[in-house]
Amino acid sequence: MNGAATTVTDETETRSRSVADLPPLLINVVAFAIGIAIWWAITAAKLVVLPGPYEVLVRAGELIRNGQLFTDIFASLRRVLTGFALGVALAIPVGFLMGWYKVARALIEPYVQFFRMIPPLAVIPLAIVTMGIDEAPKIFVIFLASFLSCVVATYQGVISVDRTLINAARVLGARDGTIFARVVIPASVPFILVGVRIGLGSAWATVVAAELIAAQSGLGFRMQQAQLYYDLPTIFVSLITIGILGLLMDRLLQATERRLTQWQERAQ
Amino acid sequence: MTQGTQGMQPKISFQDVTRRFGDGESGFLALDRLNLDIADGEFVTVVGPSGCGKSTAMNIAAGLLDVTDGRVLVDGKGVAGPGPERGVIFQQYALFPWLTVRQNVEFGLRIKGMPAAERRRVSDHFIDLVGLKDFADALPKTLSGGMKQRCAIARAYAVNPTMLLMDEPFGALDALTRVNMQDQLLDTWSRERRTVIFITHDVDEAVYLANRVIVMASKPGRLHKIIPVDLPYPRTEAMRLSPEFAAIRNEVWHSVYHQKPQIEAKH
Ligand SMILES: Nc1ncnc2c1ncn2[C@@H]1O[C@H](COP(=O)(O)OP(=O)(O)OP(=O)(O)O)[C@@H](O)[C@H]1O
Ligand SMILES: [Mg+2]
Repeated sequence: MNGAATTVTDETETRSRSVADLPPLLINVVAFAIGIAIWWAITAAKLVVLPGPYEVLVRAGELIRNGQLFTDIFASLRRVLTGFALGVALAIPVGFLMGWYKVARALIEPYVQFFRMIPPLAVIPLAIVTMGIDEAPKIFVIFLASFLSCVVATYQGVISVDRTLINAARVLGARDGTIFARVVIPASVPFILVGVRIGLGSAWATVVAAELIAAQSGLGFRMQQAQLYYDLPTIFVSLITIGILGLLMDRLLQATERRLTQWQERAQ
Repeated sequence: MTQGTQGMQPKISFQDVTRRFGDGESGFLALDRLNLDIADGEFVTVVGPSGCGKSTAMNIAAGLLDVTDGRVLVDGKGVAGPGPERGVIFQQYALFPWLTVRQNVEFGLRIKGMPAAERRRVSDHFIDLVGLKDFADALPKTLSGGMKQRCAIARAYAVNPTMLLMDEPFGALDALTRVNMQDQLLDTWSRERRTVIFITHDVDEAVYLANRVIVMASKPGRLHKIIPVDLPYPRTEAMRLSPEFAAIRNEVWHSVYHQKPQIEAKH
C-alpha cells in the first residue's frame, strides 16, 4: 500500500547523500527529453495527425495570456477541493465509527461496499436529474468518490490498531475515551493519509470526467469544447495541465504524510 | 525470605482460576483451576511449555482477560479490569511509536492528571533509573530492543504500581543485554520490593531471578509444581555457576521438559 511512498523516500534519501547517487534524477530528465523528442519526431514526420510539442507550447502560451487556462484550473480545482474536503471530513468520523463500534460497522459497511462497486461517474445522470446542472451534481460526485475511498482506509486503520498498544494504554489507566484519542487516532493516521491520497486521486479523476459530461467551465469542459472544434493543441494543453496538477497535489500530500508519520519504522 | 504466605494476606491470589476459549463446554481449556498465592514483595517466575496458559493467567491477573470460572484477588479484592497498581510489561514492548521515550513514560501520569512539572520530575527519575537519559527525546524506532524494553519498564514503574506482571519481557534480547537487564531488574526490585510475576522460557533466568519458580503444564493449562529457590539475594554471577544453582535448575528443567502427558478430560 505504501510501497510507492517508501520507494520515493529512499530515492530522496540517497539523492541527498552523495553525488554518486545523482544518476536516477539525471535519467529521469533524459527520459523526459527523449519522450519529447520522440513526440516531436513522430509529429514532424506526420506519422500521426497530432500537434507537435511546439504547437502545444504556443497554444499554452495563448491560453495563459488570455487567462482562460487559469479560469479552467480554478473552476476544476474548486470543485475538486470542495468535494474532496467534504468527503474526507465525513469519511474520517464515519470510518472511526465503523472501526470502533461493531453495530456501526454492521449498519454502514454493506452500504459502503455496495456504493464502492458503482463507479462515481455512473451516478452523474442521477445527480443531474435530481440536483440540476450547476455545481451541485459535480461536487456531489467528487464528494462520493473521495468519501468512499477514504472511509474504507480509515476503517481499516482503526481495526488494525495493534491490540497490545490498546492493552498497554489500559493497564496504564486509560479509559475508552483516552484510548481513542491517544492511541487509536494516532495509530490510524498513516492509514487515513493513504486513504486521503487515494481519495484525492479519485476525486481528480472524477472531476475531469464529470466536466466532460456536464459543465460550463473547467479543464474537462475545455477539452470537450476543443473536441467539437477539432482543436487538438488545446486538448493537449488540458491533458498536460491535468497531469501536472494531479502530480503536484499528490506530492504535496506525500510530503505531509511523511512529516506526520515520521515515527513509523520503514523498511529500508 | 518472603517465602511463606502463612498468616499474611497474599498480595495476589488465584483461586480456581479457569479459562476456556471458544463456546461452552466444547471450548479449549487454556487454564484449569489454577490456585496460587503470591506474597507481598515476592518475586515469582513462571515457566512451562508453550501454550500452557502462562500469558492467559497473566492477562487475567492484569484485568485484560475475563475468567470463565474462579477469581483473582489483589490485596483481598476481586480484580475487575486493569488498574494502575498492577503494572504490565509486554514481550513486544508495546511502546507508543509516535511518542518519544519521555512521552511514553509520562503517558500514565498524564492520565492520572499529574501536573506537567511533577510529571517531568517523575519521568526524569525513571528514565535515569533505566539509563535512557540521553534518549529521553528519541522516538522508539531509533532505540535498540534492550532500550525499548527499558523504556517500557520505566513507563510501568512511573505510575508506581505495587505489582509488576512481566510476560517474557527479555525474550527478544541478546544474551548479554538479557543478563544486564536481569541484574538491573533485581537491583530495582530489591530496593523497591514490588511483587513481581515474571514469565519466561529460559530456565536459567527463571531460577536466577525468583524466590519461587512456578512450573505449569499444558493440555489443559494448569499448575504443575512450585519450586522454591533458596538462594540469597543479591544474586551474583558466581551463584549462577554454583552447584546449588545447578541443582535447582535441573529440577526446574526436569519438571518442565519431562512432564507426564495427561489426556485432557473430555466432557
Ligand atoms: N484469544 C484466544 N482464542 C483462542 N485460544 C486462545 C486465545 N488465547 C490463547 N489461546 C489458547 O490458549 C492456550 C494458552 O495460551 P497462552 O497464550 O496463555 O500460552 P502461553 O503459556 O503463554 O504460551 P507461550 O509460552 O507460547 O507464550 C493456547 O493453546 C492458545 O492457543
Ligand atoms: Mg505467552
